Amino acid sequence: MAYSIIETCVNCWACEPLCPSKAIFEDRPHFRIDAKKCTECEGEFADPQCASICPIEGAILNGLAENANPPGSLTGIPPERMQAAMAEIQAR
Amino acid sequence: MELTVLGQDASEQAGGCSSGSCGSSGDQMSHLPDEIRKKVENHPCYSEEAHHHFARMHVAVAPACNIQCHYCNRKYDCANESRPGVVSELLNPDQAVKKVMAVAANIPQMTVLGIAGPGDPLANPERTFDTFQQLTEKAPDIKLCVSTNGLALPAQVEELSKHNIDHVTITINCVDPEIGAKIYPWVFWNNRRIKGKKGAKILIRQQQKGLEMLVAKGILVKVNSVMIPGVNDEHLKEVSRVVKEKGAFLHNVMPLIAEAEHGTFYGVMGQRGPTHDELQVLQDDCSGDMNMMRHCRQCRADAVGLLGEDRGDEFTMDKIEDMDIDYEAAMVARAEVHAQIEKEREAKRNAPSQAFVALADLQQSGKKTRPVLMAVATSGGGVVNQHFGHATEFLIYEASPEDVRFISHRKVELYCSGGDTCGDAETALQKNIRTLEGCEAVLCSKIGYEPWGLLEEAGIQPNGEHAMEPIEDAVAAVYKEMADGGLLDEPRQVVAATA
Ligand code: SF4
Ligand code: SF4
Repeated sequence: MAYSIIETCVNCWACEPLCPSKAIFEDRPHFRIDAKKCTECEGEFADPQCASICPIEGAILNGLAENANPPGSLTGIPPERMQAAMAEIQAR
Repeated sequence: MELTVLGQDASEQAGGCSSGSCGSSGDQMSHLPDEIRKKVENHPCYSEEAHHHFARMHVAVAPACNIQCHYCNRKYDCANESRPGVVSELLNPDQAVKKVMAVAANIPQMTVLGIAGPGDPLANPERTFDTFQQLTEKAPDIKLCVSTNGLALPAQVEELSKHNIDHVTITINCVDPEIGAKIYPWVFWNNRRIKGKKGAKILIRQQQKGLEMLVAKGILVKVNSVMIPGVNDEHLKEVSRVVKEKGAFLHNVMPLIAEAEHGTFYGVMGQRGPTHDELQVLQDDCSGDMNMMRHCRQCRADAVGLLGEDRGDEFTMDKIEDMDIDYEAAMVARAEVHAQIEKEREAKRNAPSQAFVALADLQQSGKKTRPVLMAVATSGGGVVNQHFGHATEFLIYEASPEDVRFISHRKVELYCSGGDTCGDAETALQKNIRTLEGCEAVLCSKIGYEPWGLLEEAGIQPNGEHAMEPIEDAVAAVYKEMADGGLLDEPRQVVAATA
């Protein structure tokens, strides 16, 4: 099983130096994880490092392809509030 | 504040920015020990007077961050955006060094290079220190400075001291974890994401420890705070007291900028920023406690040029690749320009100021006149020299019988030039005039009919009669006119409802 980075990644470099397995690499359009190398940080750290520092909700998926940082979990903004704010801006 | 009698005590004030361009008896530098004052004297971010003459730049080499702040959205990167920490061009250290040297060769006034983001420079130690190392070797006439949230600071103080970095800015918004939990949702510490109060407590501890360690090493520390009404506004007085006690030499309180379209927690949740008045009151409260810095323009992290003036477009990476820089020659030219500027500053310092004598007379007459805020349009050099319609920001001065002092900057059109994409239908002009709320006069080189009328309606007197005059002298002269006209004997008639 392996973590993966998807297109919402903003290329902030935070995860890359932390990976104990050197599985993360810079790529276009965004950083990626080499699934063959990723160990999910087993035996190294209690928490997967990439998912623990990534500032972007939804940029990293866990081994079950679930969002490691779901909406609202990092910013504290309730998802409904975010949607309402975005809808309001669109309407202007 | 006591009355400045210019030229009276040259020996005491020598080297400081005692008069002329600074013009304020509340000179921020006068309380500092000599060696510290020397360090900050030519630093455009730290010295009110120097920013009229010298320039700084930031390079964006540090993308990663180790904490989350509620006023920051890591996703945001828009060309219309000029909040701190927001940049569009990420550079590697080699590119950054190239860019700095290209700018330094073309803009000799550029004396300070800062690394401030877009993430936290100390969360990107290799990239940050590689840049500093190369610049120390190749461009020794440029001062280096760095801003940090403080989390990784204690671990990096030793390394910082090796690079001869004499200015460090720490952003400290609180010293109480309860308040911290409302500002920082999480920190990344010892390989874990730590949320809430526990995380804030670690951050605060690291910031304070880092501050102490830097002071112990003799490295200058400035503290920045973001004023968040209802969250840390009252608390910042305590912060000011604590950081001063520990040896920070300046405390800069900046307003929260929060709009829903920024996608930040505060923006989306409707947290408001402070009004100009609230900010000023807090800055005044804190300055009783400590030396405050008022002229921070919250510049864009990759801005190039004199403070407030962004020339970044002239120095994008593709343009720099084609430039051939002979830095040895450039350094000679730079030194000449610096010497010339020094001569002018010296002359200004020594020139007796008519305006202040006039103000002194005014005070002697025993007439008590109230203080007045005035807005000034300037493109640099410490003189009134900008057309009202060209100003992207105004400098706000307060004139009173005792003093003319610099208060703050107000940006017009704020950070967004997008017009209909960001903001309501209010015209730019009306918006700009609202930005000048609280001011009673605006000094500029020229002004058109339409804004003239609208300003008058808003109770702000436009004044184009002091073009090319030193700002403080012009403000003092206008104040005297108003006082002589009997306009200042009564408290101000409020024209529009104030916030
Ligand atoms: S889960 Fe751990 S091993 Fe896998 S990519 Fe992330 S940091 Fe590397
Ligand atoms: S930390 Fe997240 S956003 Fe940053 S590079 Fe890694 S995956 Fe992308």
